[in-house]
Amino acid sequence: MSASLCAVPDSISAGVSRQPSIHEVEARVKIHEWVNGQYRLLVLAAPAAVLDCAPGRFFHLLCPQTDRFKPYLRRPMSIYSYDRMKGELSFLYKVAGTGTGAMAELKPGESLNIVGPLGQGFEIRPEWRRPLLVARGVGLATLAPLAREFANLGRPLTAVCSARSPDLLMSTDLFRSCGAEVIAVTDTDGNSSVENLTALIEGLIRSRGIDAFFTCGSARLMRMLQEIGARHGIGGQVALEQHMACGIGMCQACVRPFRSESSAVNLRVCREGPVFDLQEVL
Amino acid sequence: MGDLTTRIGALTLTNPIMPASGTFSEELAEVFDLDCLGAHVTKTITRAKRPGNPVPRVCEIGGAMLNSIGIPSKGAEWFLKNIVPFYADYEAPLVISISANTADEFARFAEEVSVPGVAAIEVNISCPNIEDDGKAFAMRPGPTGDVIRKMRSATDLPLWAKLSPNTGEVVEVAQAAEATGADALVTANTMLAMAIDSRTGRVRLGNVMGGLSGPPLKPIALRMTYQCARAVAIPVIGCGGISTVDDVLEYLIAGARAVQVGTATFISPTTMPCLVRELEQEVERRGLPSVDALIGTVDIADEAITLAEYA
Ligand SMILES: Cc1cc2nc3c(=O)[nH]c(=O)nc-3n(C[C@H](O)[C@H](O)[C@H](O)COP(=O)(O)OP(=O)(O)OC[C@H]3O[C@@H](n4cnc5c(N)ncnc54)[C@H](O)[C@@H]3O)c2cc1C
Ligand SMILES: Cc1cc2nc3c(=O)[nH]c(=O)nc-3n(C[C@H](O)[C@H](O)[C@H](O)COP(=O)(O)O)c2cc1C
Ligand code: FES
Repeated sequence: MSASLCAVPDSISAGVSRQPSIHEVEARVKIHEWVNGQYRLLVLAAPAAVLDCAPGRFFHLLCPQTDRFKPYLRRPMSIYSYDRMKGELSFLYKVAGTGTGAMAELKPGESLNIVGPLGQGFEIRPEWRRPLLVARGVGLATLAPLAREFANLGRPLTAVCSARSPDLLMSTDLFRSCGAEVIAVTDTDGNSSVENLTALIEGLIRSRGIDAFFTCGSARLMRMLQEIGARHGIGGQVALEQHMACGIGMCQACVRPFRSESSAVNLRVCREGPVFDLQEVL
Repeated sequence: MGDLTTRIGALTLTNPIMPASGTFSEELAEVFDLDCLGAHVTKTITRAKRPGNPVPRVCEIGGAMLNSIGIPSKGAEWFLKNIVPFYADYEAPLVISISANTADEFARFAEEVSVPGVAAIEVNISCPNIEDDGKAFAMRPGPTGDVIRKMRSATDLPLWAKLSPNTGEVVEVAQAAEATGADALVTANTMLAMAIDSRTGRVRLGNVMGGLSGPPLKPIALRMTYQCARAVAIPVIGCGGISTVDDVLEYLIAGARAVQVGTATFISPTTMPCLVRELEQEVERRGLPSVDALIGTVDIADEAITLAEYA
């Protein structure tokens, strides 16, 4: 890293509110089921205080201690859906290691300690009329609430869903129910390469007048969209991940480098993100 | 309710619970009212800008964590303009933590940050992430004394020296800090450590080594607190692995006049207000006139043998 990198943005304390808006609460497990061989859906009964959510924001989950797994730090997880009327909050997650392995053992009726809602969600600019969502793997979970938001706004939506194999493609029905045209690509079908997707997306720009990109789940796809976006003058946003400790902006564990006017700047994924301007990511 | 007031030299704190540097920031005001704390302690800053270490900067390991954040800093000017004013509306005293490369730089920097609104300076001479392989000033009494002596003549603010668990000369370092003008000691910073992914053979922190914090650090920092409390007359502030009210009680009984809570806030951001409430209940339950009555009351069966064997 270059020595000119700054630690935090200039507006660090400007955006801090003195009203409690981040809550640590116990939520009860309502539904917890396998969606496919790798991903699980967790639906919680959550108090109204934490349901002031927005697409792209996340929670920090205190995974339980089990016989097999003893996670210590919390685990960040995007909001998959939230429903204020029903008092529901849900997450779609991949069982990856210690924390998610412990989480997978939660049973209906048990409680899970959650902190949130956290971070900055997606910005939906009025001029972005024909959005394209490009998701890979669990990135679908993060983009799902955004698809619902676009459906509510009545903006015609296109979604490119990429996965290793067809059985790992998730939420394509959810995207369709939001009125999206869904294009599914997989490694096993051999149509998920950057070359193939670049051609596909350039075609969509011509045929459907795509004017904004939203992506999550793959650094490779993010670079591809940066490149296509730069060539066609199309803006957009990306939801990023980084190892976290506090999740609320105190420890500076979760920084990544971003382009700023003069030089590069380190921003906290948990606080200034997890959603960032597509072209500012270095 | 139980009286929790405690004094750290010239400062009176409404209760002995405060955050540990680097595990606290303005953002916590979005979780609870920060005025329930005995003091506010900010993340260590350096005079010049610093980028901090490469990622990953944290990893977890057996009920504890390692960090190699590395003191990223936006510099003195920015800190004084943006951070100090944020705390002006709070009653709790503001303690700012500073670091520098030499004793002279420490002194110059102390002078620069001695501004209205700052109640004390915590002197971070113990960060394992900033000096070469953890060779911090607080490893030896000589360099510790140099830093505190020069700072003492540069500012009138109380100086809290933050000590390192990585030294074999705990008592000598503590006495050097006291002799050269420190107003309090903080025991302690993180312990230098490392972790390797045995499957890939890769180190788990971007900076290779980092500091261990969380519950496994408690017995070590508690031992240091005990050693220091008996070796110096200035107040000692305990820090390391505190997450329950029992942990707080142990430190107070060992001789700490106040405690700092670090990693526990990451696990549960409401830890500190809970500890204040529970400590109040505990003082009342024990029928004590105040929390003061607990401090340094440790019961040692055969003191002479303990000292002979472990001193
Ligand atoms: C803002 C945000 C939103 C996320 N949303 C989702 C989601 O909706 N669904 C989902 O399946 N996953 C999501 N992730 C990734 C998820 O947090 C990790 O898969 C999870 O932390 C892995 O934990 P583990 O203990 O099972 O794995 P381990 O590999 O055992 O984890 C070890 C450590 O590394 C950290 N870690 C490992 N992978 C990641 C990662 N990709 N990002 C951040 N930290 C990581 C863990 O938190 C833990 O501290 C999100 C990550 C972030 C930062
Ligand atoms: C992420 C992180 C960052 C830290 N940064 C600092 C720092 O900037 N200055 C400092 O003096 N101590 C720093 N510390 C050490 C803590 O203040 C504290 O001494 C240590 O973590 C032990 O307490 P704990 O076990 O309660 O966390 C940091 C600790 C952590 C975990
Ligand atoms: S995780 Fe602590 S600042 Fe982002």
